[in-house]
Amino acid sequence: MSVTWTETTQEIAGCGLHLSRAGSGPAVLVLHHDIGTPDHLTFYDALAERFDVLVPHHPGWGKSQRPEWLRHPRDIAAIHAWLLADLDLHGVSLVGLGFGGWIAAEMASQAPTLYRKLVLIGAMGIKPPEGEIADQSIVSYIDYPKAGFHKPAAFEAIYGDVSVDQLEAWDIAREMSFRTAWKPYMYSQTLPHLLGGVRSPALVIWGDDDRIVPVSAGHAYAKALHNATLTTIPECGHFAEMEKPDVVAQLTADFLTQH
Amino acid sequence: MHMMYFTEQPMSAYDAQEGLKYGATALTFSNKHYDPLEGSRLYNEYIEDYLLAEEYGADGIMLNEHHNAPFCMQAKTNIFASILAAMTKRVKIVILGNPLPLAENPVRLSEELSMIDMISKGRLVSGFVRGGGQEQLASGVNPAFNRERFIEAHDLIQKIWTEPGPFRWEGTHYQHRVVNPWAVPMQKPYPRVWIPGVLSKETVIWTAQQRYPYIALNTAIDATKAIWDLYSQTASECGYTAGPENFGYLIRVHVQDTEEKALRNARQFMWMQGEFTGLAHPVWANPSGYFSPTGRRNFVQFAVGRAKNPRGNPTFEDQIASTMIIAGTPDQVIERLKYVVENTRPGIMGIWANDGNVSKEDRQRCIKLLCGEVMPAIKEFGAGLGLKDPWEADAPVHLRYSTDLAQRQAAAE
Repeated sequence: MSVTWTETTQEIAGCGLHLSRAGSGPAVLVLHHDIGTPDHLTFYDALAERFDVLVPHHPGWGKSQRPEWLRHPRDIAAIHAWLLADLDLHGVSLVGLGFGGWIAAEMASQAPTLYRKLVLIGAMGIKPPEGEIADQSIVSYIDYPKAGFHKPAAFEAIYGDVSVDQLEAWDIAREMSFRTAWKPYMYSQTLPHLLGGVRSPALVIWGDDDRIVPVSAGHAYAKALHNATLTTIPECGHFAEMEKPDVVAQLTADFLTQH
Repeated sequence: MHMMYFTEQPMSAYDAQEGLKYGATALTFSNKHYDPLEGSRLYNEYIEDYLLAEEYGADGIMLNEHHNAPFCMQAKTNIFASILAAMTKRVKIVILGNPLPLAENPVRLSEELSMIDMISKGRLVSGFVRGGGQEQLASGVNPAFNRERFIEAHDLIQKIWTEPGPFRWEGTHYQHRVVNPWAVPMQKPYPRVWIPGVLSKETVIWTAQQRYPYIALNTAIDATKAIWDLYSQTASECGYTAGPENFGYLIRVHVQDTEEKALRNARQFMWMQGEFTGLAHPVWANPSGYFSPTGRRNFVQFAVGRAKNPRGNPTFEDQIASTMIIAGTPDQVIERLKYVVENTRPGIMGIWANDGNVSKEDRQRCIKLLCGEVMPAIKEFGAGLGLKDPWEADAPVHLRYSTDLAQRQAAAE
């Protein structure tokens, strides 16, 4: 079944925010990685078969304008919450991918009863009790995303030979990561203390070969959230929704449709 | 002309083979290869070299700083500036420069510089730089805000040096509620500020807008002329005419009694595998957000190995042929330097004279010939061309102290 995506620009906090939307059913907000997102993914299409899926570009990433004042993922969280308010959506579930998982966790911690369910996949945002979040600042634009796949072939299936446009987009994404999450790098020291209030049930998904965010951070999330389960996916890296789209989509859809 | 002696203060005692094996000689190249006993020896030898440069007639000692790499041992330029403030008597202490964005507290930096100015009895030239990309990474400073931090730290220090405290500073990157340091510069209105650089157009324009001299760091002659053109055009827009007092040029020069020996030692300018700052990943030198967005498309291709280094990779012979490096006897060096001076017309000249593994004996012979014979000849030649330094030209320290702007504007009308 083919999915038709609609692209719009929403004016939020003085900046044009790019939004892709498809499907119908309960609303699901998908928050992308630090490296941005390709326009189309099997994972997005699979979710759109059962849900009203919203994939905004974070402010400053991809086709969204950059707010010069943006300083923290919490700011991005507020912008996405504003987007949902403008669209008059209620009972939305959040699906956060990597860096987007951090943003989803910030949104939930600020509004503990607002979101229906929470899916965090390889989420940044918490200092891993063991290991460290990989530092993209000292590796090339290609080596960093590649490190997020268990198999190089999975990287190539998504990005191919990597166009110059993609390299530029990754540089811009990296700059935005620096502008919002430079220090401490890719985590918040206060977020873990604020997750206990979240009432939304949560599913925490991790690739068993995540070389970007150690799985110890997944355990920390599962512990900090009241009502959370951690599931790991075998032979899978950080970009789980790109490397194992069917598995991640199935886990996500099953969790979101459970009563 | 103002002529300065400069060295990167090479950590020549590191094992180059280890760097080649690792594939990098900067940022992440382990400091286990650093020997502090050799470091101690070299620091003290470099102090001797500077004192010799003063004794033999250099106008200034140029200092800088870098981090996490063997090519430069100065991790804090104000340390050597402080030492020279007390140990020298006459030379200008020219810091080119303090990397402003690395300062978490510019107020403290202004205090250090003020102390150096007072201890040296007004001999400080306080240059400022953005710092290379690697310096940001080595210091944990956000490269994406590098230029904003540079400008804001400068503006704060300038205010400290020109307005009585206490005052409050509520900036974007710096907030200080009681700015009132009890160390202020002896030189009024404030010590001269020179800005060194290599290629950033934005920096050239900003520097011209301040009316600070811009020091081109061993750029090719054509590139240097392009920098002067951009500076001059900006100066004209600001209402003044740029002259040699606004321009400085740093060049690598090695002098010995014989050409053969000079050339042999000059090869040490290539000691970091031909790169000024050693072997490094391109994204270390240009972390995202550090460089101008106009260069983004070309840079990302270079960074993943699809395009050549925009700086090229000229051989030693190429660089001798293009006068990027000059080596020879005093007479030979004077001849070639005259050519460079004629073509770049700087009022300020830095001579980067010793690099890598040049022996102490040869370094000191080079300094004696350079400061004793070459510099006086070039200064005389420069005087004949009307190349005045900022003191000779009585140039204002900053645009705001210009007395010729209104007159020029009136003339234009």
